[in-house]
Amino acid sequence: MIRGSFTELLIIAVLAAFAATVPLVANGYWLSVCVTGMMYIALATSWSMFSGPTHYISLATAAFFGLGGYLLATGMSDYQQPFWLMLAIVPFTGAVLAALIGLATLRLSGVYFVIFTLGLAEMIRNLVSWIQNNFLGSRGLYVLTDYTERHIYWMLLAVAATVYMLGWLINRSRLGFSLRIIGGDETVARHVGINTATAKVILFITTGFFGALVGGILAPRYSYIEPNQVFSPQLSFLVVIIALLGGSGRLWGPLVGVIPFTILWELVQTYFPNQTTLFLGVVFLVIVYFLPHGVVGRLEQALEQVRKRR
Amino acid sequence: MARAKLRVERVTKRFGGLVAVDGLSFDVNEREVLGIIGPNGSGKTTMLNMMSGAFKPTEGFISLSDRQISGKAAQTIARAGVGRTFQLVRLLPGLTVLENVVAGAVFGHRRQWGQSAKMVALRMMERVNLNISPNAPITELTYIDQKRVELARALCGEPNILLLDEWLAGLNPTELEAGIDLIKTLQEEGRTIILVEHVMGAIRSLCDKCVVMASGAKIAEGSPEQVLADPEVIRAYLGDEDE
Ligand SMILES: Nc1ncnc2c1ncn2[C@@H]1O[C@H](COP(=O)(O)OP(=O)(O)OP(=O)(O)O)[C@@H](O)[C@H]1O
Ligand SMILES: [Mg+2]
Repeated sequence: MIRGSFTELLIIAVLAAFAATVPLVANGYWLSVCVTGMMYIALATSWSMFSGPTHYISLATAAFFGLGGYLLATGMSDYQQPFWLMLAIVPFTGAVLAALIGLATLRLSGVYFVIFTLGLAEMIRNLVSWIQNNFLGSRGLYVLTDYTERHIYWMLLAVAATVYMLGWLINRSRLGFSLRIIGGDETVARHVGINTATAKVILFITTGFFGALVGGILAPRYSYIEPNQVFSPQLSFLVVIIALLGGSGRLWGPLVGVIPFTILWELVQTYFPNQTTLFLGVVFLVIVYFLPHGVVGRLEQALEQVRKRR
Repeated sequence: MARAKLRVERVTKRFGGLVAVDGLSFDVNEREVLGIIGPNGSGKTTMLNMMSGAFKPTEGFISLSDRQISGKAAQTIARAGVGRTFQLVRLLPGLTVLENVVAGAVFGHRRQWGQSAKMVALRMMERVNLNISPNAPITELTYIDQKRVELARALCGEPNILLLDEWLAGLNPTELEAGIDLIKTLQEEGRTIILVEHVMGAIRSLCDKCVVMASGAKIAEGSPEQVLADPEVIRAYLGDEDE
């Protein structure tokens, strides 16, 4: 019923402390890879906090991420608001968007939820592009700050650590237990007295919150914000693939998926820039056929077998 | 005089053109065991589903201790103290036996957490004679043990009223005997129970009162001896066998 030990918390703290030293030794290309990796850790972990237990696959990550980046840029560029103020605001807009999506999709079952989130994210992307091209076309959205890659990295690390802390707390709570029951059988969940709608919406709101926050933090990296770039649906798919590759059944599953995936992804982008989509397809097939519960699920299976043989 | 614990008033459920439950009314009193019997497809499970909140009645009312529960969400009704098991056992495959059982204590009528919830769950496992490691995966259980887990989960919520949908179905003769004895002990504890059953021996030995359904409607009500001797009831059952 209670998942997550204090040892787990300690491991997270040690890993975070170790990760914090990366910008001191890495720079240039490798630091940039680490920023990307840290972004995926934060996004995929908060994604799987909702989708792991409930099995509701959300393709709305790009909507939250884009909203965060675009709003932050608008605030800074058009209204001369400071970066930190905008960064404090954008996660809440992501949370509100997630709450609206959650309330609208409560009665939808799995497949329809996937389609709805993808459709909605694409609709937002097109709407924002359309508004920008037709009404605001003449001006650009610049995010000019003094923050460099290493600052962005540390900010992302802080977010990732917060996501882990929150996930750890949820795993130890009634809410975490209720999500596992919902994932097992929603009818049973309701009949033991769980308010399934509330539990799902709360978790979805946290993914929206962190998605927008990460989008805001990444904005200074691009300097110039363009809707088709920050709302790119590719991000939503990447997050799903990473989480599933690592295994969304455990809090630290996505972390396991991020490291191999980011390295492979960088290699593919460098050496086979025209085959990135093909690569994603192959990874997806590998997951579906060979790692249905991710790398972590595979490891747990193997451990179980070793234990039984003894 | 004691008022009815659970009251069903002119309840109807339609699925499109099909009338699954047709204007059904009955009362269950405190500490009473009510049997709902009837041929296959006569609407017993549908009636139970409306009592537990899985379905909303198309017409009519259901009240628990004079408070209306019909139309409320299943989780609200569960928290009001209605516990149930399912005709086709519903357990959570990714969870251990203990976790399956403790779910009832954590979210049910009495919301507990941590050690105290665990103690309740272990006590209920013992109560239903479940002699198996609490940490065993659910997939390793025999059929009757799966049914015991489901019953223990329902009992964990300390329900005011317990709804059992063919809890004895599918058991072999030895298991059936043990099952009947188990439910008998629940009855002796003074619990209010609604049983949907096909097993006549169990109905005779357990039920204080029976409601007989056919094609969604009530065709007889009374003690087990009375209703089982009723010509209309016999006709309903024989008619069912002819098909
Ligand atoms: N969700 C549903 N949608 C449509 N029709 C349904 C639904 N549930 C039950 N029915 C129909 O309602 C009627 C009554 O079904 P119900 O399951 O209540 O019967 P029952 O008395 O429990 O039968 P059994 O003894 O076989 O369990 C049947 O004709 C069934 O097909
Ligand atoms: Mg039935």
